[in-house]
Amino acid sequence: MEWTRGDLLGLEELDRAEIEMILDTAASFKEISSRPVKKVPTLRGRTIVLFFFEPSTRTRSSFELAAKRLSADSLNISTSTSALSKGETIKDTLRNIEAMQVDIIVIRHSSSGIPWALSRLVAPAIINAGDGCHEHPTQALLDMFTIKEKLGKIEGVNVTILGDIAHSRVARSNIWGLRKMGANVTVCGPRTLLPRDIEKMGVIVTDNLKDGLKNADVVNVLRIQRERQKAGLLPSLREYAQRFGISSEKLRQFARKDLLIMHPGPTNPGVEITPEVAESKTSVILEQVTNGVAVRMAVLYLVAQARDETKEEE
Amino acid sequence: MDRILLKNGQMVCPAGGIDEIRDLLIEKGKIVKTGKNLKAESARTIDASGKLVLPGFIDMHVHLREPGFEHKETIESGARAAVKGGFTSVCCMPNTEPVIDNQGIVELVATRAREAGLASVYCIGAITRGRKGKELSDIGELKAAGVLALSDDGSEVLNSELLRRAMEYASTFGLFIISHCEDPWLAAGGSVNEGAVSTRLGLGGIPRVAETVMVSRDIALAAYLGAKIHIAHISCAESVDMVRAAKKAGVKVTCECAPHHMFLTEEAVLGYNTNTKVNPPLRTEADRQAVLSGLLDNTIDCVATDHAPHAEMEKDVEYDNAPFGVTGLETAVGLMFTELVDRKIITVSRLAEKMSLNPARILGLNRGTLKEGSVADITVIDPKAEWAVRVEDFVSLSKNSPFIDRKLKGKAVMTIVEGKIVYEEKD
Repeated sequence: MEWTRGDLLGLEELDRAEIEMILDTAASFKEISSRPVKKVPTLRGRTIVLFFFEPSTRTRSSFELAAKRLSADSLNISTSTSALSKGETIKDTLRNIEAMQVDIIVIRHSSSGIPWALSRLVAPAIINAGDGCHEHPTQALLDMFTIKEKLGKIEGVNVTILGDIAHSRVARSNIWGLRKMGANVTVCGPRTLLPRDIEKMGVIVTDNLKDGLKNADVVNVLRIQRERQKAGLLPSLREYAQRFGISSEKLRQFARKDLLIMHPGPTNPGVEITPEVAESKTSVILEQVTNGVAVRMAVLYLVAQARDETKEEE
Repeated sequence: MDRILLKNGQMVCPAGGIDEIRDLLIEKGKIVKTGKNLKAESARTIDASGKLVLPGFIDMHVHLREPGFEHKETIESGARAAVKGGFTSVCCMPNTEPVIDNQGIVELVATRAREAGLASVYCIGAITRGRKGKELSDIGELKAAGVLALSDDGSEVLNSELLRRAMEYASTFGLFIISHCEDPWLAAGGSVNEGAVSTRLGLGGIPRVAETVMVSRDIALAAYLGAKIHIAHISCAESVDMVRAAKKAGVKVTCECAPHHMFLTEEAVLGYNTNTKVNPPLRTEADRQAVLSGLLDNTIDCVATDHAPHAEMEKDVEYDNAPFGVTGLETAVGLMFTELVDRKIITVSRLAEKMSLNPARILGLNRGTLKEGSVADITVIDPKAEWAVRVEDFVSLSKNSPFIDRKLKGKAVMTIVEGKIVYEEKD
């Protein structure tokens, strides 16, 4: 098996062997981060631009460290401008960055589909760090990496994704990835946060927390944005916490003891998850963050390598 | 030249029940004679053998953008697109800037259309002043200025009482309402049909009920008042069912559908091409089939393109920020012939009904027929011409078609408006 993709746009378009290859590569990179000298020369001389149109600390830092640990040069561009017709601006900015001879552009944007449009437009590799409510492939990869590390496998594992499925790119990428890897996926939340026809993505749908947790080996708790309340999708965050928030009490009642607790972060303590659960023994939230660096190193490495091979052939 | 003789074309006129090879003589803007072996001295004689000679097509729903948005389209460029696409008459919607809600703007459009000298361009006047949904436009004045119907297209008149009064008042002047059925709260934040595709792509959904609740309300009002209503760009199976039932019950409702709702589904959105962003959105295969069935069983009276040009820079943005709308004037005929006539789903005569006779009847226009004595609005079609939709071939100022690269069979090769050849395909 050889990695041939010069971009990483989403998990929908990857097949199982490709996902396995990223996870295996990440496993071999993970060790680097535990060395006293956390650096290998793999991508020395490459330039990676981190282009974030939405505020992000975690994903951006994770990509930046991944780039640095591979000895690549990285440039951060963060802007939260979200005015209309900025499509023109993005294109223009991207073309300018391209003209500076960069190799990889990691992009986050609030509009679904942007990485696809840009990959058709510019030559450098595009890595999607989250587009609108669509995909967040590296997050799902690190989630799967963590599941595999903890449970030894992904095939046959019961994963419940809990919360705002409708607006979550983490949920969508996880559904694509986990389904391809043979996991059973349940999505759970109030009906206002479950998008129409979600079952067509091959998941079990429930609005009952008890049913959602009953058979779960893993629960991936999504962050609840305060805007959802303003949009009238939730009466109050308090009510959400009562009905769908994960607490020790609810876990005792509904879930198996060793249920793996995951969260893409940052958490809203006391809303979708209590601090007690977030910090409990079965919570792997911080390990997800650790694994994120390894997974992103793997993605940067594979994409860069595929680009080199294409160039050599030319 | 005053006289034109079209020789040996297959003349199809649903109003006259004609579908045979005939010659057709045009004199002083009128069809003076049809029949076999016509001869006319000093007439330009055109060999139409192998071609279809049809009553000129009428598109009762276009956006020509002038005044206000001349970078998207002008009356002249829109009329040019119309005649190239085989349309002899178009009705432009009032969502211009300023809005077509008074005599002055109607006259401006008429003047520009006359200067262009291409298609006949009629106005649909705004129901409410500025299309704001607050107070009625001067409907009597609009009627006197020549508008054929009223619509706040692009918006629904949300205040049901106001719409009721509009329907009553309009009927006083022999006008009817064209309803843009959309509940803006249900549609808010949406870009595409709500369902499997919106969920998969992470795009905001426009639920079908955003349309159906308003179709239901508008039919109820029309039924109660005994007034005439026309439902624009119908897109959902449930809407088609409601119109069918209403017609059966004797409600004076008519409706139109657009080619993109007949020949595309939401699947076209995969890939985020903003030229697939249109309102109402492309729906499911079941809806597409329902719209087609509705057209076939006469629930849907006519085809209208909802030609909605936008400049490339406006469409070339994020999907959720892109404006709604697709162009249609230059692709409709090719699509109808390729998808429906060539596949023997409808006859040429039925097509002429849907694209010429019925819109003429709905609008009260004395057109849509090839009977002797009628206005010489004629579309000549080469049903065998194979072509592909190419960006560079559009004469509209805008190129935002979802059908780019589609291979088609059948096109207009000559368009005659009031006896004047306004479009002729160059070999």
